[in-house]
Amino acid sequence: MTTLAMPGEQEAPDATPPAAAKKRKWNRTSIAFVVPAAVWLGLIVVYPVVATIRYSFFNESGSSFVGLTNYKNLFTSDALLTAFRNNFIWVVIFPFFVTFFGLVFAVLTERIKWATAFKTIIIMPIVFSTTASALVWSSLFDLNPHVGALNALVETVSDWFNPPGAYPVDTAAGQTVASLASSGVRVAPGSNLRSVAVVRPGGTVRLGLVGISPATLQVLEAEPATLPKAQPGAVTGLVWRDFSPSHPASRTGVFRDEDGLPNLRLSLLASNGSSVASAVSDRHGLFAFTNVRAGAYHVQIDSSNFRSGFTGVFWLGTQSLTPTNSVGQTAQALLSVPLVDMSMIVTYLWIWCGFAMVVLAAGLASLDRAVLEAARMDGATEWQTFRRVTMPLLAPVLTVIFVTMIINVLKVFDVILNEPPGSSQEGANTLALSIYNFGFTGGIHTGLASAIAVILFLLVVPVMLWNLKKLKQPSNG
Amino acid sequence: MGIAQATLPAAPPKPGRRSRFRPSRFALDVFLGLIAAFWLVPTVSMAIISFRPEGLFQVSGWWTVFSAPSQLTLANYKALFDQGLVAGGLLDSLVTSIEITVPVTLLVTAISALAGYSLVFGSWRGRNLVFYSIVGLMVVPVQVALLPVVQLYHGFGSLSGFNAYGTIVGVVIFHVAFGLPFGIFLMRNFYVGIPTELVEAGRIDGAGEWLLFRRLIVPLGMAATASLAIFQFIWVWNDLLVALVFLGGYSHFPMTIFLYDQTRTLAANYWIVATGAMVSIVVPLIVFFSFQRYFVRGMLAGAVK
Repeated sequence: MTTLAMPGEQEAPDATPPAAAKKRKWNRTSIAFVVPAAVWLGLIVVYPVVATIRYSFFNESGSSFVGLTNYKNLFTSDALLTAFRNNFIWVVIFPFFVTFFGLVFAVLTERIKWATAFKTIIIMPIVFSTTASALVWSSLFDLNPHVGALNALVETVSDWFNPPGAYPVDTAAGQTVASLASSGVRVAPGSNLRSVAVVRPGGTVRLGLVGISPATLQVLEAEPATLPKAQPGAVTGLVWRDFSPSHPASRTGVFRDEDGLPNLRLSLLASNGSSVASAVSDRHGLFAFTNVRAGAYHVQIDSSNFRSGFTGVFWLGTQSLTPTNSVGQTAQALLSVPLVDMSMIVTYLWIWCGFAMVVLAAGLASLDRAVLEAARMDGATEWQTFRRVTMPLLAPVLTVIFVTMIINVLKVFDVILNEPPGSSQEGANTLALSIYNFGFTGGIHTGLASAIAVILFLLVVPVMLWNLKKLKQPSNG
Repeated sequence: MGIAQATLPAAPPKPGRRSRFRPSRFALDVFLGLIAAFWLVPTVSMAIISFRPEGLFQVSGWWTVFSAPSQLTLANYKALFDQGLVAGGLLDSLVTSIEITVPVTLLVTAISALAGYSLVFGSWRGRNLVFYSIVGLMVVPVQVALLPVVQLYHGFGSLSGFNAYGTIVGVVIFHVAFGLPFGIFLMRNFYVGIPTELVEAGRIDGAGEWLLFRRLIVPLGMAATASLAIFQFIWVWNDLLVALVFLGGYSHFPMTIFLYDQTRTLAANYWIVATGAMVSIVVPLIVFFSFQRYFVRGMLAGAVK
């Protein structure tokens, strides 16, 4: 095959030996085989790239030339700066971790008997659609601890160290402990509630609270409140929900349709403020401190009753590290942790670690075992062999994975569209999503969408050249 | 079997290696066991949610099923399948996904095989240039081509009366174009390993190119074709963006859009998401487990070469 005849090349007919004619014929046929691909790629890939570059210099409807305006707008729009920041976060974090985990899994699975099962489990998510995966992780990261497994886990741990009270006060919604006090009660330091009246052994006290939901009482199985009976040598009392549906305006009276407040933790405070006894209210809201020494006391409803439990970490939002009012918007943006990016990166790692693992496992398997054995023979430890021999030999494969993953996350789209709830979508924006938003939804801006696409394209061009360079050096291929 | 075969093609026995690690073997098994368990959590949670009554989603976590297995029910699947083939329903989306995926897979494998043959066994000038250009196109993001292709469809529509925008044909055309670079790359690299003498001998015996391609190269390249077909199938089956852009106002859409459409009312519709997601992963999982070896080979071909 040394003589290459161009198809259609003219040769003198009389000088054409039969073999050459034959060759020309198969040249024509075989070049025809590449035509469908060439036409298809030309029309739907190459032409559009050129057209997109052209559109990027035109206005929103593509009708008039605007020069570099779209590119200027790229770097001044808030939405796009967020997109650049997020793409940067993705590129910095994701390729490193996916390569790292892939390597760890590939190396460790060489040493277990159930490697095939392990690899199958890790690689499975790659065949799921990113849409499905993103939606599944969206529920795992859900704010509500009854939905999101991660917050359920955090709640369990948090409740262990910091148990919520039976009557949690939702401070986030603006509720305060003080707003609960109704009759015979006032607020004391430390968000405790304290009886207004002084009580002595043999005396009774009535503590009325409001702002407690019927649902809470139902859960605690509260019974109607009854009046406390005095006992000699004891301080007795009642804590009840001081709101009667039949007498809504009346306070302090204990009515038949008012419930006691069960499970409240109470303390008996001596005149110096120290706690001398404690008690818990029963279903009717009754409590008693027995064997109390003579003296003047206050009854305290402990603040622990009102401690709100864990209300969930918003994994799919942005966690600001600065107070809202004291710093400017830019500083707030800089000093906030886009948890949503981290959550999506976790999702993406779940999808892609299998790929890195399989490719690296193949790379490990193709290493020259003799070199590794030689290193061990010479007394190198397992770690030294890995660090000094395996890693350098694997370097080309590691690079390929790293670069493939950079390309992959530059284009990240499905996961952003599906995983964060609508409210945090803006904070999770990326270039690929912006192209879709500007190009195909709402206020369409062809020029801007094209300019972002061109930026995305320019970002992958180095990889394109790198691929080609690799191809021309068969030793590395 | 599949992965082990594909990824450890030439691994000789490793004498002495395992025995050195015996003391830490148990710890390693536990460690990797925990990782494997963690990796299964999302899939298992999705499966459980799809088998729980829809009303329970926001009331209690899916993990409560382990203490109360009686929650499990087939009601969600029944509700979605009982809708039948209504446009926008689960079954209709499943059918639409197949209508898009199958033609794309067939076209990409056929055109790639042809082009690969031409690039390897043809003898025209500029073959390498064409091949390098195609490799260059492998990394072009689909986002770069979306807008102009939509315009192209509209333009062709006003000329010929057939506007591919908003039809399955339009989605297929676009997918095929973006499947070709990898497809040609894969087929070409596989065909390079076939001895040229086989084709030469055929030519001397007077066989035409079409015959050689059909009877000689296609059968020999079956392994690569299988890898490509599986890859392409899963890739297109899981696509969201291209379908979103090109299906426009079409009333039938694939599984990914079916799932995406539920996200606007996620909490209320999560039972549909979980059930739909389970149905949508069944097909790629069947393909994956049936052809695991080819799938892994395709992955390696894309990454290592």
